[in-house]
Amino acid sequence: MENCVRLNVPDRNLSSARMKVMRAAWAAKYFSKFDRQSILNIAEAVADAGFEKADYFAEWAVQETSYGVVEHKTLKNQLCTHDLLAYYRDLDLITPRVDTRRKVIELPSPAGVVFALAPATNPIATIYFKVMLAILSRNAIVISPHPVAKTCSVAAAQHLADAAEVAGAPAGIIQCVEEPSVSLVEDIMGSDKINVILATGGSQMVRAAYSSGNPAIGVGPGNGVAFIDPSADVDAAAKCLVESKSFDNSVLCTSESICLTLEKNRGNMERALRSAGSHICNAEDSDRLRDFLWGDNGFNLAAIGKSADWIAHEAGIRVHAATKVLVPVIEHPGQDDALFREKLCPVLTLTAAVDFGQALTFAAHVARRGAGHSAAFHGNNNDRLIAFSGSVPVHRVVVNAPCSQGAAGFATHLPPSFMIGTGYAGRSSVSENIGPQHLTHWKKVAFARDAVADLDEINFDVMYDTLLKTPPASISASRDSLPQFTEDTLRTLIREELRNLRGVQS
Amino acid sequence: MFDYGYFSFESKDDLLNKAARFWNPGKVKFWTDTGTPMVIDRREGYRLYDMSGKSLIDLHLNGGTYNFGHRHPELVEVLKSGLDYFDMGNHWFPSVARAAFAEKLVNTAPHMKYAIFGAGGAEAVEIAIKTARYATKRKKIVSIIKGYHGHSGLSVATGDVRFSEIFLADRPDEFVQVPFNDLEALAQVLQKGDVAAFIIETIPATYGFPMPEAGYLKACQDMCHKYGAKIISDEVQTGLMRTGIMWGWQGYGMQPDIFVCGKGLGGGIYPISACLVTEECGQWQLEDGAAHISTAGGSELGCLVGHHVLEMLQRPEVISNIEFVAQFFAQSMAEMMVRHGDIFCGIRQRGVVIGLEFDHPEGAVAVSRALYENGIWAIFSSLDKRVLQFKPGVVKDVELCQEIMDRFDAAMPRARQFLSRMRKVQ
Repeated sequence: MENCVRLNVPDRNLSSARMKVMRAAWAAKYFSKFDRQSILNIAEAVADAGFEKADYFAEWAVQETSYGVVEHKTLKNQLCTHDLLAYYRDLDLITPRVDTRRKVIELPSPAGVVFALAPATNPIATIYFKVMLAILSRNAIVISPHPVAKTCSVAAAQHLADAAEVAGAPAGIIQCVEEPSVSLVEDIMGSDKINVILATGGSQMVRAAYSSGNPAIGVGPGNGVAFIDPSADVDAAAKCLVESKSFDNSVLCTSESICLTLEKNRGNMERALRSAGSHICNAEDSDRLRDFLWGDNGFNLAAIGKSADWIAHEAGIRVHAATKVLVPVIEHPGQDDALFREKLCPVLTLTAAVDFGQALTFAAHVARRGAGHSAAFHGNNNDRLIAFSGSVPVHRVVVNAPCSQGAAGFATHLPPSFMIGTGYAGRSSVSENIGPQHLTHWKKVAFARDAVADLDEINFDVMYDTLLKTPPASISASRDSLPQFTEDTLRTLIREELRNLRGVQS
Repeated sequence: MFDYGYFSFESKDDLLNKAARFWNPGKVKFWTDTGTPMVIDRREGYRLYDMSGKSLIDLHLNGGTYNFGHRHPELVEVLKSGLDYFDMGNHWFPSVARAAFAEKLVNTAPHMKYAIFGAGGAEAVEIAIKTARYATKRKKIVSIIKGYHGHSGLSVATGDVRFSEIFLADRPDEFVQVPFNDLEALAQVLQKGDVAAFIIETIPATYGFPMPEAGYLKACQDMCHKYGAKIISDEVQTGLMRTGIMWGWQGYGMQPDIFVCGKGLGGGIYPISACLVTEECGQWQLEDGAAHISTAGGSELGCLVGHHVLEMLQRPEVISNIEFVAQFFAQSMAEMMVRHGDIFCGIRQRGVVIGLEFDHPEGAVAVSRALYENGIWAIFSSLDKRVLQFKPGVVKDVELCQEIMDRFDAAMPRARQFLSRMRKVQ
């Protein structure tokens, strides 16, 4: 009895998280009326703030989680600031659209409160990314970080929130749960006070988001297969693969898991991978690696985001200290080898098919384990590229580029994203790279087909001016009952007040 | 049939008859005549349900008692947990809940030394007046005309004669009243040198929340001290963050010698009130700690709930919500005044303490009825029926606030109708 708590105390963290959601709803109410310039100013301020501390939070994240590489995390964080803003700057989600030909007016309608989950492997980049999306789409965001990354996540979110508020965003537009837990996340995900969930994380969490009863955008796991066509420049391909697979110790779900080539090309590929900085495992090394990476309970979590050197040491494989990627070799593309599964660490399984037909079948087969996600093609034969793309059940095929960066839009012209939609194939509602457009819906105002509709000079300001609602007829008779103000001065005062609310808010 | 297990009623009318027969015929008749014959059945969050099934959003909150809404789940959890361990406690002895709650209260107002507990606001006012008399060895108490501090022996004597004369409880020799916002009148009374204390609600609620003029309250305090009197702030309706800050006096640059709080302190689920006193005023507790005693005052269950109420009010998320609610109603009411300015002629607001003025001596009675018909329960000010008390709670969310304004807007034409009828009758 002496040391146990004698009374039952309500869960303070849960109640605080619920209040954060409530506060976010208030903030969203005002934020959803901000004009485009104010939004861009806030987005710029947040991008500046994020960029400025990209390295600081990268270091903190690696220290706190032990996943990944500081320099690479810095780069990822940076990419979610100015680069992301540059990409979306011209995507106008604020100005109403008028289609005079089809006689349809579209009014933007932001989601409201976004509840965002962030994974342990990319804690800061995900927060940066989702916050920028929320700002650009005029939504409020409440972030629930992964418990193992909570300290750096809370600090990063606060840093961005401060910048947003200084730039004029309403208080409460960016908030972060301080003490996340599974029960808390489930409670908030099921709350009718949130409008959409952005779920990134383990499959269980993503499924829970979809089962919550709330609209959700969740993304599934990947298992990227890279096909090296005989037409490829193997040295360039190997360089891409090593660069991609070693990037942030391969915590990105877009990174390649399997390197598939044809048998006649395998020796060539081994040589090229070796000279690009890989250790090619012999049969014994491959067995050791498999034993280390998979135990009775599935993938060894200790290996996530660790360096090749560290994993080799732990697995009992002797490698050169500069080794960037470990390459176990499975000579024949068997279906059930554990090494063909997703590996969030710099381990890339090399295998070779007897012909292109078998390669397609095998690629499709392993890609189903990360269905809807990403694959890569190296080579210059467009027929085989299209045949490959057509048969693998993924939503993006990266060509002659590192897949981890390419699929995420950083080495290609795909939208830059840390949420890779896996579509229906991957049990997700979206198949594209998620962007701010997914957090804004458009109200459609449609005229009768043959009606005459003058849509040339529509005044959209009326949406923001509540005073234009018709006053009752009797008001004119008793205007003098208003104490100190005339109706016009009151209107002006209130408009100013509204402007202030949209602009500066403490 | 309304079967509650312990008792049952055939219908709402059956209940009203029995209530008039056994409880209070005057009150039953009054509300029936007023057109708001409410008998609250279920209640949850900021919603009340009349026995008829009619749903009402509560903007009366019993003067802030339901600051957190009705049966706030977290407070209910606290009280239930307390019931597994405590009961009211023994008022003679020190207790863990009482000591912890007193410390938490005193920490909200560091110039105070002790927190003395009662069961209701009036009891806290009794303690305040007795304390001031002890500290000054003077008897006279000054209050404002149309002020309101409760219905017990000393507290009722400070208030409107409507409540004291009927019981022969007015004591004009000991209790003097001066007009609100009138420093000169206060000076004239104080300078005789026989006043123990001036007691004043930080914003007089029952008077319809007229706002203290700039510098008035601080000047009252300084003037009291100049003439050796104590100043007592009645924070029953303005305390507990309702003006945007924990205690209303904090927003007016005051440091009262004594202040009282009640209502929402018990979260609407367990009655408790408190009187906080400075070290100088609290000396009677050294001379005779049992000079004031209250069996129900400072019950341990109330202390536990009150302790949690303060903790909840201090959360940054709650403070931020109050700002949003206050700002929303300021803006929305200004809009309403433009649209319904023929009847709606003034707004008095500080935080979520709001009074709405209507252009008729009994305007708020009509508006209260119109709002009732439109699903909102807000009460007129007993001592100024032009003014509707409009009291949002501290954890109202954006959706509910918007609903309130939509209903308010819809109720105005009906209010206009009532008012034009009332004008014709005159």
